Amino acid sequence: MSAIQSNLTDSTPTEEDVLLSVEDLCVNFLTEQGALPAVDGVSFAIKRGRTLALVGESGCGKSVTGYAILRLVPRPGRIVRGRIVLSSRRAGVIDLTGLREDDGRLYQLRGGLVSMIFQEPMTALSPVHTVGGQISEALRLHRGMTAAEARPAGVDLLRKVGLAAPERRFDHYPHELSGGMRQRAIIAMALASNPELLIADEPTTALDVTTQAQILGLIKSLQRDLGCAVLLITHDFGVVAQMADDVAVMYLGRVVERGRVRDVLRHPRHPYTQGLLRSLPGANAGGRLAAIPGAVPSLTAVPGGCGFHPRCPQAQAGRCDRGGAPVLRLLAPDHAAACVRAEELDACQARERGLP
Amino acid sequence: MKNGDPLPGAATFPAGVTEPLLRVRHLSKEFPIRSRGLLRRTVGTVQAVNDLSFDLYPGETVGLVGESGSGKTTAARCIVRALAPSAGEILFRTNGRTVDLARLSDRALQPLRPALQLIFQDPFSSLNPRLTVGQIIGEPLVIHRLARGSELDDRVDDMLLRIGLKPEHRTRYPHAFSGGQRQRIGIARALIMHPSLIVADEAVSALDVSVQAQVLNLLKDLQQEFNLTCLLVAHNLEVVRHVCDRVAVMYAGRIVELAETAALFENPRHPYTRALHSAVPRPDPDQRMNCGLAGDAADPGHLPSGCAFHPRCPECFAPCAQNRPELTDDQPLVRTAGAAPEHLVACHLRDGRDAGLPGGVRG
Repeated sequence: MSAIQSNLTDSTPTEEDVLLSVEDLCVNFLTEQGALPAVDGVSFAIKRGRTLALVGESGCGKSVTGYAILRLVPRPGRIVRGRIVLSSRRAGVIDLTGLREDDGRLYQLRGGLVSMIFQEPMTALSPVHTVGGQISEALRLHRGMTAAEARPAGVDLLRKVGLAAPERRFDHYPHELSGGMRQRAIIAMALASNPELLIADEPTTALDVTTQAQILGLIKSLQRDLGCAVLLITHDFGVVAQMADDVAVMYLGRVVERGRVRDVLRHPRHPYTQGLLRSLPGANAGGRLAAIPGAVPSLTAVPGGCGFHPRCPQAQAGRCDRGGAPVLRLLAPDHAAACVRAEELDACQARERGLP
Repeated sequence: MKNGDPLPGAATFPAGVTEPLLRVRHLSKEFPIRSRGLLRRTVGTVQAVNDLSFDLYPGETVGLVGESGSGKTTAARCIVRALAPSAGEILFRTNGRTVDLARLSDRALQPLRPALQLIFQDPFSSLNPRLTVGQIIGEPLVIHRLARGSELDDRVDDMLLRIGLKPEHRTRYPHAFSGGQRQRIGIARALIMHPSLIVADEAVSALDVSVQAQVLNLLKDLQQEFNLTCLLVAHNLEVVRHVCDRVAVMYAGRIVELAETAALFENPRHPYTRALHSAVPRPDPDQRMNCGLAGDAADPGHLPSGCAFHPRCPECFAPCAQNRPELTDDQPLVRTAGAAPEHLVACHLRDGRDAGLPGGVRG
């Protein structure tokens, strides 16, 4: 625990820069099989104006972490430990985990200081209200506008996100828009409140590759204009490389590697990150893919020691399968991994690279 | 159009193999748009697949890529006759004779079904939750009365081992398996009939990266073992690049480019292929993706005139809005028949910018 915190302060030189800090977050899902640790001791910080990517396979807890920040963990999930602190410029420092369910600041937070873009644009929009009506609602609630003021502001937002004929689109229903246009409308809605943090949960997974490129480009340019920070939740290392400044790789509810995008992608230190990057098609066309053996274990049977050890090609009996899960350790400036063998593996790989 | 007459689009690949397993000629599929209310009159049509022609040679894997709505899934379903095509021929070689799948009745198709198998995208909805894995994998054999009793059990066990599961998994239900394992079960169900043609519709799209790699490796091994011919429908270009021998790129129901995989990725000729290629986000922060392609995919109900891609095309020039370019070899003069695999492209740029314009002013 103390190791994690010291790492956090190491990677965040000035406290003022940090917009959101998550410390030792634990979310359990209380089921018939007992309490399942969907998120198990996650710590990270997002600096103002920067993009942090949470990346991992399905079930690694990346989305639950995103929901926890908005205090929207679905039942039977519960935040059982940890602190989430938002250092807002507009509303001051808020300890999100300490807020009661009926606290007014929670409403100021959700869709206000922190907005969220969801994966499926059709389910995130109400089918019985016009696009404009839904954007106006956010403007009226969070910016205190009247209905008359909200219309031109909403049209303006739609124009900003690149919708053609925004005056006409304002009165359209979601089903009249294509998938890409819907996602643009959702982004307009998320930005209506001028958020300080934008959480994007797989924002382009349901979209075609050309539309994905448009939407990612849009999020990036809007972020530059508005200066908000982005928490990007994705399973796609391609999206991470194109969008994020920093990345945290998650496996079984824990962050196993954290650092700057370039460092992590070029020089991954955790065997899981290395395995994920190697299993991408395109790495070696035509040959066999270097798949990670086995499957992600169920949360009802998380392996002891390092959760990844049964699938890890570098696992050593007696070291990796004993005790608690390894803690994140700082291995280089701004680059941490939770692997007990990180240093020796790195030395070994450096030797291999050195050989002709 | 007579059965199997040679077409400009009939590829000469691969060398040495004379007869394709499957020849698709001028395949089209229309869906009616019906009016609301009781009468449900047809008020228009959606041209989902439009004049598709290509060959599949024994043992090769051909990728069909495109955005959603490009007609790739509809084309694949027509080929295995999960849908009835509106027009065209699907010439399938089986037991030394050639049959036109497009014209056969459902009853006449019945004995051919084992040779044509589908692998579905969603490993959760494509397996019956009330059947055990053994029943799911063995069901095709039971339906076609090809095996029973202990022989059935043996063949199911053998298939389970080949896909990396154990014989004792036979009595479990699909919910006890992970997504990757379920997709393996779907593959086993298709392969137990020893098909000659597999159509895999986004077979790995729903899987996580690490598991996707396992299933792709498995497919590749099984393909070699059974000498399978595969038509892989996918939207992920990297997957297609990894697995396929040749790739056909579809836009608005038509093939716009068809070439060997390496040629298509290293030297894409159609602006749409180039746009698709450059829009893929690569896991390298120094290789920036291109967000250049504007607009939405063409609506198959209201196709633009000329080349359907012209409203989005960064290289659009005068003839593009008027004439639809034919799918032909990009270098017909240079290439002599059979010398090199063809690289087919449907774009006016092939003839040069000057060719379409009187006076030849460069755009």
